[in-house]
Amino acid sequence: MKILGSEITPYKTYLNRRKFIKGSLASTMLATVTSSAFANHDSDLSIYTKNINENDKLNSYEEITTYNNFYEFGTHKKHPHLNSGNFKPRPWTIKIDGLVKKPQTFDLEKILSNVTIEDRVYRLRCVEAWSMVIPWQGFQLSELIKMAEPLSSAKYVQFVTVFRPEEMPGQQKRTIIWPYREGLRMDEAMNPLTILATGLYGHEMPNQNGAPIRLVVPWKYGFKSIKSIVEIRFLDTQPETSWETLAPWEYGFYANVNPNVNHPRWSQGTERRIGEFKRRETLMFNGYEEEVAHLYKDLDLTKFY
Amino acid sequence: MFSTRNFNRSKPVLFILILFPSLLWAYQFVTGNLGVNPIEKLMDELGLMALRLIIITLMITTLSNIKPLKSIVVLRRMIGLFAFYYVCLHFSTYIVLDHFLDMQFIIQDIIKRPFITFGFISFLFLIPLASTSTNNMIKRLGFKLWKKIHYLIYPVAILACMHFYVLVRADKTEPVIYMGIIILLLLHRIFKRLTRPQLAQ
Repeated sequence: MKILGSEITPYKTYLNRRKFIKGSLASTMLATVTSSAFANHDSDLSIYTKNINENDKLNSYEEITTYNNFYEFGTHKKHPHLNSGNFKPRPWTIKIDGLVKKPQTFDLEKILSNVTIEDRVYRLRCVEAWSMVIPWQGFQLSELIKMAEPLSSAKYVQFVTVFRPEEMPGQQKRTIIWPYREGLRMDEAMNPLTILATGLYGHEMPNQNGAPIRLVVPWKYGFKSIKSIVEIRFLDTQPETSWETLAPWEYGFYANVNPNVNHPRWSQGTERRIGEFKRRETLMFNGYEEEVAHLYKDLDLTKFY
Repeated sequence: MFSTRNFNRSKPVLFILILFPSLLWAYQFVTGNLGVNPIEKLMDELGLMALRLIIITLMITTLSNIKPLKSIVVLRRMIGLFAFYYVCLHFSTYIVLDHFLDMQFIIQDIIKRPFITFGFISFLFLIPLASTSTNNMIKRLGFKLWKKIHYLIYPVAILACMHFYVLVRADKTEPVIYMGIIILLLLHRIFKRLTRPQLAQ
């Protein structure tokens, strides 16, 4: 399937939209004091919908923020929405270490003042065979990597989620080994599709979606897109990742969306798009084949799943 | 001491209590109030209800060993049949709503995925139980044979529990608790069997 180039919004347009969103948000908020925050988005939808593929439809803010896998807040899909109220996403810093010119800790505000925030409407395909279409705001991971100045020996990037059991009740139970860890190969991390997202639907990133800053790698299963990142390490060997450590026969390091390689417990051939009744066919690399297939031309995807 | 009459009297109330969730979920499904992924939610709720009811039928047998609760066993058939009712709804949700009667896919799924296999065998084993649940059938088969057939409830419970256990991705607490209860109930039965001949003497 063809992915429209216009799915990626240029920065200038983003700024204009941003103003418009803020204006319309303010007015709807005044009008609907008691009604839920979800209502705000309906009027703004056109801003994002013109950028998406004709076969896709944006999921609603409500869908995106009440159905989440974020085990730090509990294992049920509703838990992140219900249990993330005490999480404090500011102030926030990100530690950069490993194979870099100079290990350092960046203040999030400092990072944000040095990068270009854009709109990216991406499909998100969960390894559990459901999917959504989400309008993110964020910047290319490559921009942060340039700021971090990795050494030429750095071949992989590892990400670590914050560990705050007092604010994240799911971390009080050892369902997985905390803190959550993920990783990418350097060329995957530098790919223009890979972003660090700081918002969705024009809002600051909601706690349940990985506030204040999370990874989004749209051609990989959702669990690769690690949330609430506090540390980024540059390494010369493939890092351990949380799900692969927990069940290596089920989850691989690459975790590319691939309808031809099934999860041992269920088929990956189809998916349920949230909001739709019938299942859809899952697309190779989640439909981003053109942009990323070249990264894996020498890799046996049935072995490196 | 609770009499058979006490338990029989509670039946209409229990009937409505156990039936009610299915009506509620059906209503919520039709009106779009079952959350963001209603098919998954419906399937999970129905399956969990079925498993809980299966465990309750096992518990009833154990409880009926306690003197004052001897008559509780009159509730077992109704709850067992409700377990079958919920399993049927759970299975048809999977077939019709989840996979839209794509039989080729479903058959593949049942054969290839252990957790679906467990669930499916558990469902198959429940069919002879449900279909021999009338007094008439007990008479026709004779109590001994009937009882033998109904030993199938043990593999049904264990398979249903494994079906749930394998499905869960990380936090296995709930299926482990259910499995623990089932094992305790089974151990109690084994213990009883081993001690029975001595009592008879």
